[in-house]
Amino acid sequence: MDVGTFLFSALYQFGDAFAFLVLSACGLAVIFGMMGVINLAHGEFIMCGAYVTVSAAHAGVPLPLAILIGALVSALVGAVVEVLVIRHLYSRPLDTIVATWGLSLIGTQGTLILLGSTMAGVGTPFGSFQVGDYSYSVYRLVLFAAAVTVLAGLYALFNWTRFGVMARATIQVPHMAAALGVDTRLVYSLTFALGAGLAGLAGGLYAPTMTLVPTMGTTFIMEAFVTVVVGGADVFLGTAPAAAVLAVVKATMTSWYGQLFGQIGLLLAVIVVIRVLPRGISGFLLRERA
Amino acid sequence: MNALSRFFRRLEGPQTLGRGPAFWVGFVLVLAAACAYPQFSDGYTVGNTVYFFTWIFMALGLCLIWGYGGSLSFGQTAFFGIAGYSYGILTINFGAAYGFTFVALLLAVAIGALFAALLGYFLFFGRISGVFLGIVTLSVTLVLERFMAQTAGPEWRIGAARLNGFNGMSNMPPLTLPWPGGDIVLFPDVELYYVVLGLLVVVYLGLRILVNSPFGNILVAIRENPERAEMLGYDIRKYQLGTFVIGAALAGLSGVLYTSWGQYITPSSMGMTAAALPIVWVAVGGRSDLTTTLVGTVTVLAVFQALTIHGSQYALVAMGAMLVLTVLLAPSGLIFALARLIARPFSKRQPGDA
Repeated sequence: MDVGTFLFSALYQFGDAFAFLVLSACGLAVIFGMMGVINLAHGEFIMCGAYVTVSAAHAGVPLPLAILIGALVSALVGAVVEVLVIRHLYSRPLDTIVATWGLSLIGTQGTLILLGSTMAGVGTPFGSFQVGDYSYSVYRLVLFAAAVTVLAGLYALFNWTRFGVMARATIQVPHMAAALGVDTRLVYSLTFALGAGLAGLAGGLYAPTMTLVPTMGTTFIMEAFVTVVVGGADVFLGTAPAAAVLAVVKATMTSWYGQLFGQIGLLLAVIVVIRVLPRGISGFLLRERA
Repeated sequence: MNALSRFFRRLEGPQTLGRGPAFWVGFVLVLAAACAYPQFSDGYTVGNTVYFFTWIFMALGLCLIWGYGGSLSFGQTAFFGIAGYSYGILTINFGAAYGFTFVALLLAVAIGALFAALLGYFLFFGRISGVFLGIVTLSVTLVLERFMAQTAGPEWRIGAARLNGFNGMSNMPPLTLPWPGGDIVLFPDVELYYVVLGLLVVVYLGLRILVNSPFGNILVAIRENPERAEMLGYDIRKYQLGTFVIGAALAGLSGVLYTSWGQYITPSSMGMTAAALPIVWVAVGGRSDLTTTLVGTVTVLAVFQALTIHGSQYALVAMGAMLVLTVLLAPSGLIFALARLIARPFSKRQPGDA
């Protein structure tokens, strides 16, 4: 293998890991960054997005549209969950984790009962291309592009829209925002729905690449947790750089020792990082400004 | 007599529900009933009760870490699994002669505790708290599960013990008491019941002494307000780490007892669902008190088993719903709320303490 193909292969694997980390974590990070709530049912929202996407694709909807439908349905479910459960627990953030864990149990087992232990998937689209002696899946590049688009979209949403301004006001000083006429309850609901929708989007995007089982959410949440912990509370200054750093760790470990050691590497990285930077990367970057 | 009353005074205090002669008479009655119970039942049912008992240690450990210490540890099953696997590896390699199974029990619990000390050092000395502590510990147990699940190949063996991947380890010897005139092998039956019941009483009373000691008071002070506790001169990291290790050791004890009970342990005992169950027991029972945790754990386990038998697949859905409803409607726990209700008429003489 010459240097060019080696570099390409390394870059490709980095991009793949980066996309996976960003997509699986951004929904969790939005909810955590805005509301201080860790949504342990995150994996189930991902699963929901994947199932809806695949069902829609089986019904004849073209895949990109099906993925959007999956994300929308997840967002809807998220909004319902927020109104029924999360809303009542804002004063007790630690209890929210426990409650969402209960929801996660219900989600996984409920899907198993209703839809059975597995569901026929859809094939990975776009085929593959050849560089050097190795062939690469085009879809992985699409996923990388999607991850970058999601980050850019979130940046635009929070910085350039009315919702973004209200949302940022609500995180900074909730009662002040409320006094200025922002409907903070609505903002919280929408933010939670946004996080759930992003989880659904991740599920929809990855649905063509994996087997659909009710426990598929657990394949994402470890990475999502780790990225959010390393990143800290800010989506842009935290999640994106954390995903970049962790992607290097994951890609390196995975290509040397396999998938599992990629995860173990991530876990060790996070334990070391929190010892050195307890407030995550965004806490470290924001120290100057705080 | 004086020594006895001093002992009793150590068991009571502001951190535990239940005090005075009435409570202890009740305690002795319950204990007597628990001792007499195997006489009125058959070996299978008694073995099943032992199965419930094995989990209580993990629940009590979680109650100490979460309820008293205020640290969310969602990865208790990691220590459960580590100790369970350690027990299997040790006993398969060294056999059960000369009471080695009990040495293996201690060693396995120590291994679990050591792992917790290492992990806890990074967490607490990095001043991780709140939600992050919960998700890091949960990640640890999930990774351990996946690690053990891929150890199916013959290259994954420690001595004579194959790790066996997703199918889990089996055929390790159960706990064996060395006894003149033939070892007593503690199969899930009446003998094991008494051993575990004895352990349970010791652990329960020990924890009551612990949480009512200065250590326990400081722990609660940290839960209520970490900054204040720190300003008062306590190194909260050491107290939190200590609690974490004790809780992990108890989870490890559960792991060993479970493994020896069924002569079987699998990676799924460290998975997401397994990790959620202790949270359900402790939250539903009432995490801020040892007694309510104990009662809650036994109750929820019994309900869960009944549900599993009658409605098999809906049991986990019911558990999840129970957890959500408890958090929404009775945040301090169902049994705890009930206990407070019962205790209210008796506590009028001592207003102000809870």
